[in-house]
Amino acid sequence: MNSQLLIGYTARDTFLNRLSGSTKLIGFVALSIIGMVTYDTRFLLGVLLISLILFHFSKIKYHEVAFVLQVIVAFAILNLVMVYVFAPSYGITIYGTHHMILGSPDHYFNLSWEQLFYEFNLLLKYIFAVPLALIFLMTTNPSEFAASLNKIGVSYRISYSVAIALRYIPDVQNDYRTISLAQQARGYEISRKAKLMTRAKGAVQIIMPLILSSLDRIEIISQAMELRRFGHNKKRTWYMAQPFKRNDYLALIIIVLIVLIGIALFKVNGGRFWNPFK
Amino acid sequence: MVEPIISFKDFGFQYDSQSEPTLKHINLDIFPGEKVLLAGPSGSGKSTLGRCINGLIPQSYPGEITGSATVAGHDIKDSSIFELSFSVGTVLQDPDSQFVGLSVKEDIAFSLENDERSQTEMRAATKKWAERLDLKPLLDHSPQGISGGQKQRVAMAGVLIDESNILLFDEPLASLDPASGKASIELIDHLARQQNLTVVIIEHRLEDVLQRPIDRLVVLKDGEIVGNDKPSAILKDSLMQQLGLREPLYLSALQLAGVKLADCDNIDSVETVAGDNIESALQRWTAGVSLQEPLLPTEPLLTLNNLNFSYNRNQPIIHGLNLTINRGDMLSLVGRNGTGKSTLSNLITGFLKLDGGEMKLNGQDLTQLSVKERADHIGYILQDPNQMISKAMIFDEVAAGLRLRGLTDDEVERRVNDTLKVCGLYEFRHWPISALSFGQKKRVTIAAILVLNPEMIILDEPTAGQDLRHYTEMMNFLETLNREHQVTIMLITHDMHLMLEYTQRAVVLADGGVLMDARPADVLTNEAVIEKAALAKTSLFTLAERYHLPSALDFVAKFVQTEREVRRHE
Repeated sequence: MNSQLLIGYTARDTFLNRLSGSTKLIGFVALSIIGMVTYDTRFLLGVLLISLILFHFSKIKYHEVAFVLQVIVAFAILNLVMVYVFAPSYGITIYGTHHMILGSPDHYFNLSWEQLFYEFNLLLKYIFAVPLALIFLMTTNPSEFAASLNKIGVSYRISYSVAIALRYIPDVQNDYRTISLAQQARGYEISRKAKLMTRAKGAVQIIMPLILSSLDRIEIISQAMELRRFGHNKKRTWYMAQPFKRNDYLALIIIVLIVLIGIALFKVNGGRFWNPFK
Repeated sequence: MVEPIISFKDFGFQYDSQSEPTLKHINLDIFPGEKVLLAGPSGSGKSTLGRCINGLIPQSYPGEITGSATVAGHDIKDSSIFELSFSVGTVLQDPDSQFVGLSVKEDIAFSLENDERSQTEMRAATKKWAERLDLKPLLDHSPQGISGGQKQRVAMAGVLIDESNILLFDEPLASLDPASGKASIELIDHLARQQNLTVVIIEHRLEDVLQRPIDRLVVLKDGEIVGNDKPSAILKDSLMQQLGLREPLYLSALQLAGVKLADCDNIDSVETVAGDNIESALQRWTAGVSLQEPLLPTEPLLTLNNLNFSYNRNQPIIHGLNLTINRGDMLSLVGRNGTGKSTLSNLITGFLKLDGGEMKLNGQDLTQLSVKERADHIGYILQDPNQMISKAMIFDEVAAGLRLRGLTDDEVERRVNDTLKVCGLYEFRHWPISALSFGQKKRVTIAAILVLNPEMIILDEPTAGQDLRHYTEMMNFLETLNREHQVTIMLITHDMHLMLEYTQRAVVLADGGVLMDARPADVLTNEAVIEKAALAKTSLFTLAERYHLPSALDFVAKFVQTEREVRRHE
């Protein structure tokens, strides 16, 4: 009924699907952090290559993620342009040399190889994590997602609230649609035909009943959960949790190795930046 | 002597938020293995009593307790929901909201997860209960992908998995179609016997619950127990109406024919009710009433021609549907859950776009009009009034549609006041909506639509969740609108009583089209249609067959006709 705007889990038969959710979560978080910290281009290219290979094996089709990718690309480009506008000679400051393409370092606007190289590193940082995030979200069953959050130390009440949100989002969307149409029938115009203020006012007319009906729902859900003993014990088990298997340990070892390489490179480079201009 | 498993002694309860006690001097013993039906009108305290049994009172709803109450050996005053949950399993009224898992299997295993059981144990227990409740093929389904009846079975599996020996059902029939409701009652009965459970059912639809034997009927009114006996004993006194409950139809028919219920045996089921003079009395009565051919409207208002619609191409929901609704009709639209009753009304109101076909209102092409323009002719009232109300004050809520259409203040005031008078809300016009009861809120939403002067209104389950008094008020109101204000009314309903007693025409949907379009009595005596559309046979039909009346259909029609005449003279 709804077009596939957002990304979601689909059952696919790949080794990535069979990995435990916790492994994928740990992998995603660990690689993202090390990738965000380092500016070593060789390392970033390596990680990007790995994540692209994994993405290929995950059997996720381009059209499933096209919308999200377009949004990310648009934001990444905007971001790079803004970085240049606000700090066009930041690359020179970082790398300490200047190989000019246009202008001179004394002017505010100039273009140097150092700046281009810096922004290329930024671009790598933006894109290497995207396939990893998509893999994590699209190969992890949402129920297992909650279980894996809990496994890496998030309290089970918070973890379960993620699952509950996923459970009720479709229902709330339905409510929203019904309420919106019922209000439109009475004359609230929220389509593009109306002026912005009218549309905003129309939207308020939908939000109020939506909140009221959601509050009713929340009260019933929390009662239903309490009547089935949710929240009493300190811990809970998860029907959908996947125990660690051989592949999980293998994957974790590889992740640790990659992170260690990243850290080792800080030593080698004497900092976060790899400087090819020296 | 057997000890009672649930015992209330001079028990009273007052919510902290209320000034009067909701329960007063309750003395009630329920014994292990008993099946008890707890009935009473809205506000009688039956749900409150249920909350005392599962521990929500005083845990989630604080208040003052007098007297004493024990459930499975626990004094409810100082035991937690957690402790009681091992003995009492609760199936809530709305199986959809009770569904907290992302899939059927997770929901069934939910309480075991909270008990920190191992996955192996959970899988075994889930499998066992899924098999017993016929849910095995659905284990991986999401809650959005299964029907109301199936959700209720999941809810039952989710509490039975605890192996608790008391089962509490809060209005289990409220959101099910008639056939699922019947199946549900049969399943409860079967489980109760098989597991030797103590079952407490809170429900005001007596006739439907009594399709399977009940050991005891407890009737509450104004917070006190006014009846506590075998169902047949209470039914014999024929006090149901005074107690605010709907009397089973076959009993009303027997009384209409002059049979004294006190002289009958086994009156708690239409299958077993017996008495020396029943047959002759019914024969005499049916021979004495002549059927008048009702004057049905004939001027077409809305013509639907060869409608087609599908959410996805492979499964058409509406397929080649033809239907003409006449000006002044009061008709009910019935059918199995998911056959497209709501889809059809959404197509008429423009909420959904047709894939193909013609819709004409007074000869004008409806498909060219926007949602807002269609609403000037056809109003749609949702089942849940909270989904429609967007203002704090009654007057503003009703006036909203007119103000948005740019009418002058004087005109708005005049029309709103007129409408409020028609709806019996004029005295409340300066009240906040939050102070109204559920039924009154529903009326406000109807008023907010009526004020636009539509020629036709569509109501989705107008009486859902309302007791006999509110049901009668609502239906009499709709009847007045239809008769005196010439509003064409289409009701989407699962309530067979409503369809039989208040509408002149029933349209049965199945397989994407109209399966039958006839008098309600014709529909409810046609076994093939009943089966196909998941409706329920009326007990009048069974009564007529059991006592060899010449025509069951005529008998049902005559009964409805007589009831209507009585109602009109009241």
